[in-house]
Amino acid sequence: MTAQAERAARAPRLRRFEMAPIKGVWRHELALYKRYWKSQSFASIVEPTFFLLAFGYGFGSMVAAIGDYRYLDFVATGVVGTAALFTSIFPGMFNSYIRRVFQHTYSGMLAAPVDVHELVTAEALWIAAKSAVYSCSPLVVALCFGLDPSFGMLLVPVVAFFTALGFGLFGMWTSAVVPSINSFDYVITGVVTPLFLIAGTFFPIGTLPGWVGFAAHLNPLYHCVELVRHAVFGLRPPADLGHLGALVLFAALMWIIAVRGMRRRLID
Amino acid sequence: MTVQRSDPEGGDGRPPARVQTRVAAAGDGGAAPAAVSLRGVVKRFGDFTAVDGLDLDVPSGVCLGLLGPNGAGKSTTMKLLTAQAVPTEGTIHVLGFPVPRESKRARAAMGVVPQQDNLDEELTARENLEVFAHLYRVPRGKRRQAVDDALALAHLTERQLTKVDDLSGGMRRRLLIARGLVHRPALVLLDEPTVGLDPQVRAELWGLIDGLRAAGTTVLMSTHYIEEAERLADECALMSHGRVIARGTPASLVAEHAGELVVEHYGPPERLSDVERLARGAGLPTRRTGPSVSVLRAETIPPSLDEALGPDGVRRASSLEDVFVVLTGERVE
Repeated sequence: MTAQAERAARAPRLRRFEMAPIKGVWRHELALYKRYWKSQSFASIVEPTFFLLAFGYGFGSMVAAIGDYRYLDFVATGVVGTAALFTSIFPGMFNSYIRRVFQHTYSGMLAAPVDVHELVTAEALWIAAKSAVYSCSPLVVALCFGLDPSFGMLLVPVVAFFTALGFGLFGMWTSAVVPSINSFDYVITGVVTPLFLIAGTFFPIGTLPGWVGFAAHLNPLYHCVELVRHAVFGLRPPADLGHLGALVLFAALMWIIAVRGMRRRLID
Repeated sequence: MTVQRSDPEGGDGRPPARVQTRVAAAGDGGAAPAAVSLRGVVKRFGDFTAVDGLDLDVPSGVCLGLLGPNGAGKSTTMKLLTAQAVPTEGTIHVLGFPVPRESKRARAAMGVVPQQDNLDEELTARENLEVFAHLYRVPRGKRRQAVDDALALAHLTERQLTKVDDLSGGMRRRLLIARGLVHRPALVLLDEPTVGLDPQVRAELWGLIDGLRAAGTTVLMSTHYIEEAERLADECALMSHGRVIARGTPASLVAEHAGELVVEHYGPPERLSDVERLARGAGLPTRRTGPSVSVLRAETIPPSLDEALGPDGVRRASSLEDVFVVLTGERVE
């Protein structure tokens, strides 16, 4: 047996899905995050807080309650969903695009023993983990403004994680299909804004016209907002399993199309 | 091919005799298996064929220069070897692993230095290496040492905490090479390693690459710089239009295709046309080089033709560039 054949035989059989690439990508993200955590945290915490204060106190002065909820509490739980959306979809779109097209970071990583599905998974998990933490900030602010604490709030990061995983992957997929970075304007205006508005964040979807209300049920953010409200104010197990299932299904579908889209772009 | 170079001391700027021994060991008798093997590889992008029936073996322990002009298919070949491109036809083996099917195992054992600088500018030199030490599965206990060694190899220990954005072009290039070596690979792919760099930095990198070669690492280096191939490569494969058109040591290629000497004649276009006509009439290859015509195999020019060509010819040693132009009609730098 030649030295090369021996070496080939000795080489570890790498599995289709491994932790090493995940750790490597996370090491990269962590190094970047150490540099930019202040600006990232500022944007991720202050923006939803502004939404909360503006809608909670602005509309709150005209609308005292929605159903059984105080309006400020209704909005606080809704803004958790918007925070999960914004802190995941934008990094998914812009970071992925910049790293693929301008910085060529991904082609460098793929020359190492890293496959596209591992790269996509690692990036999405990082986005989701970060988003899960940042999405709790509106609740913390609301606690300062009189929201009653509950044990169910401990589930909020989990809900935000699955939501952000799906939207982060959706953002990565769009980064793989848009012809240029300017095309993100279509995605933001045509997709992100409607997602954000018809999710029961600032008003109940029951007030919407029939077909819009139906569309809202297909919006993953609606399921996130419902789950967060139920986690904070009291779980409704059968319905909440459905909401969680919708978020997991959304994330799974987005993973499939994100991996396919990125593979098409990264492998000739 | 194991033709001995004329200058064993390397005084002509070419590598010394030790290199020839390695090529001979790798090429004779087939004792050393190919670290890289491509058979009938075709890569098409729509109607465009970038690689066209490529057959190429890179023996273990040899530095092979893949030489060709832009668009010859060198970079696509490099991408095929890392499975960042999938061949339309043909088979590829890297370090014994079929690619792309088992490319992950192949990539774990090779290092890649891309043509395009894809270092993360926001991170320090050390952080860039640490990320790739993870990706290359350097064991946790050996990771710090591996990064230290790679930094030392690239002479960047002093600048390890400097952000890549603040490093000079040469330092960034050295860091790219260090990144490809952090896991001590058996095979290194260098894609145009010195493109766009000034001569001083290029010479510095040549020293680094020569060190790799001396350590017995198999190197496949694409380049369109003749001098780079002549200085570093044990063997050269000349690529044109997606296939290898000639292969051998630089000296053997020159001897086979261009002879020992070239005589260059300068003058007005009519004079150059006359020289071409006379030389071709005697069966000697010629090449146009801007304001001059070069007559190859000048050592075989008969006295009568020498007289007819005139006394204004400037004699010089044949080069790999002469070979390339003669074989392809294209120019490289």
